[in-house]
This record gives sequence, structure tokens and C-alpha cells, in this order.
Amino acid sequence: MQQIINFVIRNKTFLLFLLLFGLSLFFTIQSHDYHKSKFLNSANIVTGGLYKTTHGIGQYLNLKEENASLIEENRKLRTIIFNLDLDTLRISKVDSTLLGEHYRFTSADVFKNSYNLTNNYLTINKGTNDGIKQDYGVITSRGIVGIIENTSKNYATVLSVLSKNISINAQLKKTNNIGSLVWNGKSSEFVQLTDISKFAPVAIGDTIMTGGQSTIFPKGIMIGTIEDFSLDIGGDTYTINIRLFNDMTNIGHVYIIENLNATEIKSLQNQSNE
Amino acid sequence: MNNISFFSILRFVILVLAQGLVLNHINFLGYINPYPYILFIALFPINNNRTLFIFLSFLLGLSVDFFTDSGGIHAAACVTIAYIRPPILKFSFGTIYDNQTIKFNQIEVGNRFLYFSIIAIIHHLILFSLEVFNISDIILILKKTLFSSIFTIILCIILSVLFSPKRK
Repeated sequence: MQQIINFVIRNKTFLLFLLLFGLSLFFTIQSHDYHKSKFLNSANIVTGGLYKTTHGIGQYLNLKEENASLIEENRKLRTIIFNLDLDTLRISKVDSTLLGEHYRFTSADVFKNSYNLTNNYLTINKGTNDGIKQDYGVITSRGIVGIIENTSKNYATVLSVLSKNISINAQLKKTNNIGSLVWNGKSSEFVQLTDISKFAPVAIGDTIMTGGQSTIFPKGIMIGTIEDFSLDIGGDTYTINIRLFNDMTNIGHVYIIENLNATEIKSLQNQSNE
Repeated sequence: MNNISFFSILRFVILVLAQGLVLNHINFLGYINPYPYILFIALFPINNNRTLFIFLSFLLGLSVDFFTDSGGIHAAACVTIAYIRPPILKFSFGTIYDNQTIKFNQIEVGNRFLYFSIIAIIHHLILFSLEVFNISDIILILKKTLFSSIFTIILCIILSVLFSPKRK
């Protein structure tokens, strides 16, 4: 016993190092797992508050661009309103009857955004006090941004589409061939769509949008256009390189989508699985 | 003594804030960020409690991790360089370190450059290996390590020259 205590005292620096290094590795491995609840995130009162302060200083610097994008969005919405009876194409873009009843939108400001890591996160200024929960979708007027991962009372972190952990259901706009959206970690302009059947009519320049198969995003949220594509090694599926509509390096305001029917759909799916 | 610990705490807070709020958002050429907060570890007084030093380094890394939502990658890298600092000091400064009378503001720029380079490269290598977390992307890890290290070393030298007390 005496020897053990002596050993611990003699090597206390090394043991402390091992302990702390092991602890940091544990946090790291946990952070690579989506859905593992973790306490290490920037949606807490200290970092959230600090980001809020700096955001207050920095937001005046790009007011011009923000205004321009808001005007552009207004123009689009006005076009939709005034052509409401004439335009039938619009229905194929966003199913508006669904949007009205089954989805709730909340707007939020982005405090912090990163795009140079392997798993990127945004911090936004809405939290559980505003009814935000894990697994809500996040978009801008131009397209998809990510999924809510952690929430605190007033802040939330968003797992960006630029993350190796993420996989989003997506499809070609022309046909209903679905695949899953992933990121290879190389460029912040491109994401990849995998598992598209080789019989699908894929062409450069085609639009990719979200498919309605998950409860996170409604069908028809824009993602990007096809930049190039190649057959997999197996020869059965395409891997498609997609240029995002969103400039992920410059995101100011976002909308959070809550699917009001999510629990109902999930419980139904669980029933069928049993 | 009180004076030294006061300055250490001040340095800790300022470096973490600067890192979290400004330097993490530089993204030069899309992915290059400097991490000069390791100055806290590099310039920590030497004749001191090593247990406390390693624990403080862990806290430093963890604070930066809170800002970047990155799990524990900064903490792991910081703890490692804090633990292996004595051999690095010995290698960079030789006999001066053996006398235990080292004062960072009296060291020549050449030696200081070597010291910061070793610390920064080891730190960044661990940091990016854990961040990418995939051995098949080793080229990406090395590329990030190289460019960020250059940026970090330059900033470290500038900061340590600017803020060192005047030589007597």
C-alpha cells in the first residue's frame, strides 16, 4: 500500500497529464458523435453572451449586404404573391399548403460561424425559451444551412452542412431520385450527394433540393446546383459534387423550421418498425 | 509573487478572449488561423508548481474549445505541450535552463524563435490530427499544421517582443 502511494506521489505530474489528456480525448470522441449530449458547446451563458456582445459591434459592418439580401427575398415573395393564381410551377418548389399548417418558422441572428474545421458549428441567438429544440432544421432565404444540435435557454448551436457528421435526405429537383447529402471536408463551397441511382438523369447545372423523407426539413428547400459527378467504384451509384446556393462563409440571418408533425410521424414510423 | 500570478491570470483571460472572438475568425485563404494563445504555456514562469501548470494549461485549452465547439482538441494539445515543456526548454536554451534562472525577456530572438517553433508545431500537429480525426487525410493535417504554425510563430514573436518588459 505504502508503495502504491509513493508511486502515485512520485509520478503525480505524469498521472495528472494522463488523466487530463484522457479527459480531452473523451470530449473529442464524444463531439464526433452526433446526438451524444455534451456540455462542451458554445451555447452557454458565457460564450453565448460574449458572442452576443461582439456580434452587436460587428453587425453594422455588413448592413448593406444584409439589406440587399432582404430586398431580394422580398422581391421573390412579392413575385409569388402576385402570381399566386397563375403560377403552378411554384407548387413544385415549395409545397405552400404544407408550409402553412405543418411547419413553424422562427428567425434568428448568427453570432458565430465557422467553416474551416472538420465539423463546423454556428451559434444563434434563439434557445429553448423561444421553443427551439434539437433536430430542428435551419435555412436561409437562399437555401439550407444545418440542423440544431445543442440548445441552452437563450442560445443554440447549429451543426452546419459543412460537417462530416451530417447526413441529410436530398433529391434531384426534376425527378424523385433520392440520396444523402454529406461533406468531404475540402471546400466550403461544395457538398456531396451520394447514393443517387445510376439510372437517374443527372446533368451538370441541375438543381438539388431537400427530399421530404426526414422530419427535419420540408420537401423542396433549395441546396445547390450540380457542379460535376462521377460513378462510384461499385458502379451502381453516382457521387455528385454540389455547389451550394448559400455562401457558407457569410451568413447573417437564418430561419429555424419546426415540423409540428414530427412526433406523430416518428411514432408512426416506430410502430411500423415493430 | 502575487504580481506574477496576477499577470498570469490577466494573460490567460486576454489570450482566450482574443483567440475566441478575433483570431478564430481570420480564416486566411479559407482555412488558416493562428493560435497564439499557446504563449500562455510558453511564457509561464518556470520555477513553479508543475501540477498547477498542467492543470492551468488544460483549462486554457478547454476555454478555447468552448468557443469553437470542437470537443477537447485544444485541451489535449495544450496538456501535451505543457507536459513536455521541460525537455523543449532544455533543447532550445541549453545551459541557461539548467541553472533555473531563465527569464524570457533576456533571451535572444534566435533561441526564442526555435522555442516557439517547436511548441507551436507540436501543438498544431496534435490539434489538427484530433480535429480531422482520420489518418487517410494525413496530407490535409500536415498542410494545416505547416501553414497555421508559420502564422502562429510570427504572431508569437511579435506579441512577445511587444509586450515584454523593458530590458535593464
